[in-house]
Amino acid sequence: MKEFKGKGLFLDRSDINTDEIIPAKYLTEIEKAAMKPHLLEDLKLDGFHPKTDIKDRAVIVTQDNFGCGSSREHAPWALEVNGINVVIAPSFARIFRQNMFNCGLLAIELSKDRINTIFKEFGKSNVQITVDIETSVIMVQSKNQTKKIEFQISEFDRALIKTGGWVEYADKYY
Amino acid sequence: MGKTIAEKIFKAHLADEPFGDVSVLKLDRVFCHEITTPTAILDLVSRGKDRVFDPDKIKVVIDHVSPAKDSKTALQGKILREWANRHGVKDFFDIGHNGVCHAIFPEKGFVHPGFTIIMGDSHTCTHGAFGAFAAGVGTTDLEVGILKGVCTFKPPQTYKIEIIGTLPKGVFAKDIILKVIKEITVNGATNMVIEFRGSIVDEMTMDQRMTLSNMAVEAGATSGICLPDMTTVEYLWEFIKDDYSSRQAALDTFSRFRSDDDAVYAKHKTIDVSDLEPLTTFGYKPDNVKPVSQMKGIRLDQVYIGSCTNGRLEDLRIAAKVLDGHTINDHVRGIVSPATPKIFSQAMEEGILKIFMDSGFCVTNPTCGACLGMSNGVLADGEVAAATTNRNFNGRMGKGGMVHLMSPATAVASAIKGEIFNSSLYCEQGR
Repeated sequence: MKEFKGKGLFLDRSDINTDEIIPAKYLTEIEKAAMKPHLLEDLKLDGFHPKTDIKDRAVIVTQDNFGCGSSREHAPWALEVNGINVVIAPSFARIFRQNMFNCGLLAIELSKDRINTIFKEFGKSNVQITVDIETSVIMVQSKNQTKKIEFQISEFDRALIKTGGWVEYADKYY
Repeated sequence: MGKTIAEKIFKAHLADEPFGDVSVLKLDRVFCHEITTPTAILDLVSRGKDRVFDPDKIKVVIDHVSPAKDSKTALQGKILREWANRHGVKDFFDIGHNGVCHAIFPEKGFVHPGFTIIMGDSHTCTHGAFGAFAAGVGTTDLEVGILKGVCTFKPPQTYKIEIIGTLPKGVFAKDIILKVIKEITVNGATNMVIEFRGSIVDEMTMDQRMTLSNMAVEAGATSGICLPDMTTVEYLWEFIKDDYSSRQAALDTFSRFRSDDDAVYAKHKTIDVSDLEPLTTFGYKPDNVKPVSQMKGIRLDQVYIGSCTNGRLEDLRIAAKVLDGHTINDHVRGIVSPATPKIFSQAMEEGILKIFMDSGFCVTNPTCGACLGMSNGVLADGEVAAATTNRNFNGRMGKGGMVHLMSPATAVASAIKGEIFNSSLYCEQGR
């Protein structure tokens, strides 16, 4: 099982698509590591600088419909090779969400109110986010405060995370 | 309680429901292309699981970058070619025989009503036009599909969208789907299947239904399904005539999958298209949609006709009708890519390619290339394109480029004018 904690990266925009996460011109790469320098390089978001803002971040907090568009699993891979194993949002595009769990990565849905509260209380600060999938609790910590938030994932998704993804699970059971 | 077509297909293919959370479905088809499949193949090899569940149910094409443009894309083709060979996958479409996946696979008769289909490509929803459950998946799902012939989905919720009224002249299936996406937004159907219904859909040809279903994913939908009918049977007849005693017998079989009258829908919307104008997109989301009349005057550098949305014969016929006798504007680079060799060949026989060439269009081989900025027509920073494709995302056709999505008729009218323009002026000239 992967590690699900580290510094937060706040992307306050909905409908961030997989072309923005990793542009199609890098789909000719067959090594995941080759995606590393190109994560979010086409993201349209005021004040965001992909060259400096991604470094050392491990958990993305964002808005609705993250990962819409292309089915490319290169999007979760580009996150993974940059050390980002968790994305937290009010909603995800179906294929992106499934790709995350298939790779043993977490796509956690929280209510829009909860996400907005996290943005309001922590969005401008340096935060540490820790996800415990045993207890289903996210801990968000800044210099001034700590907040614990419960979340839900299905038993099937939990099984995928624990068995290391869908390939091993499917080959075992089907 | 009645069932929707998606529910009936799920029931007929259900292999497991682990933890009661998801449905594991048996697959009738696993489609593969050279962009998302090689990584799946390499991963299977590295796990010591280099097997395929059924070589006859796996269909393979090289389409995204064809011919290969550099060493990396050549390697992707090589990995796919060698893999198909060693596993005895007979339906493998390589250069000279290849076309855009979502055009060539239906054309070969590989898509039947009631089928379950996955592919590592989001526009796999196109095949729903045949009354199949077809969905785009990531590489890991594709890998498991190849290995075990199964895939997981949440039990389907269906969004019923009825298209009614009388379609005005110069307004096409592309305008209808842009209208649908505008109305329900880019995540309006996330985790749902769209079922396209209504008199307008009933009257549509398969080419038109494929345009409609193709963009279901732009509203977040898992699949975009049209119910199978005699139009579906006629399209498929040459491939299925040995399996059924008559067309009616085929229809009777396929009709078992049609949604029941008392089926339960998660959402329902009716759209009357009687007053619909030709539409186009602005901005970087497919739900940023405006009438062409409000977008007139936007100067274009490139016009692209092709893709899995609008690269089929009917699209080229309509475009050629508008284009005939005109030349495209000096500052516009016109590119047309017929979606398959068959379409290319038929367009040649019908004189369509000559009309395109005489007007100043470059006719390229069938490929996905330009649509996603990989090859055959990449935009430079600051350039503007009108395209019959499906995505206007930032950087989609090239970094810093802007894409306006529209119908083939609007696109060629815009190519003639040099700026976004309504096709009606050229249509009214009786051309």
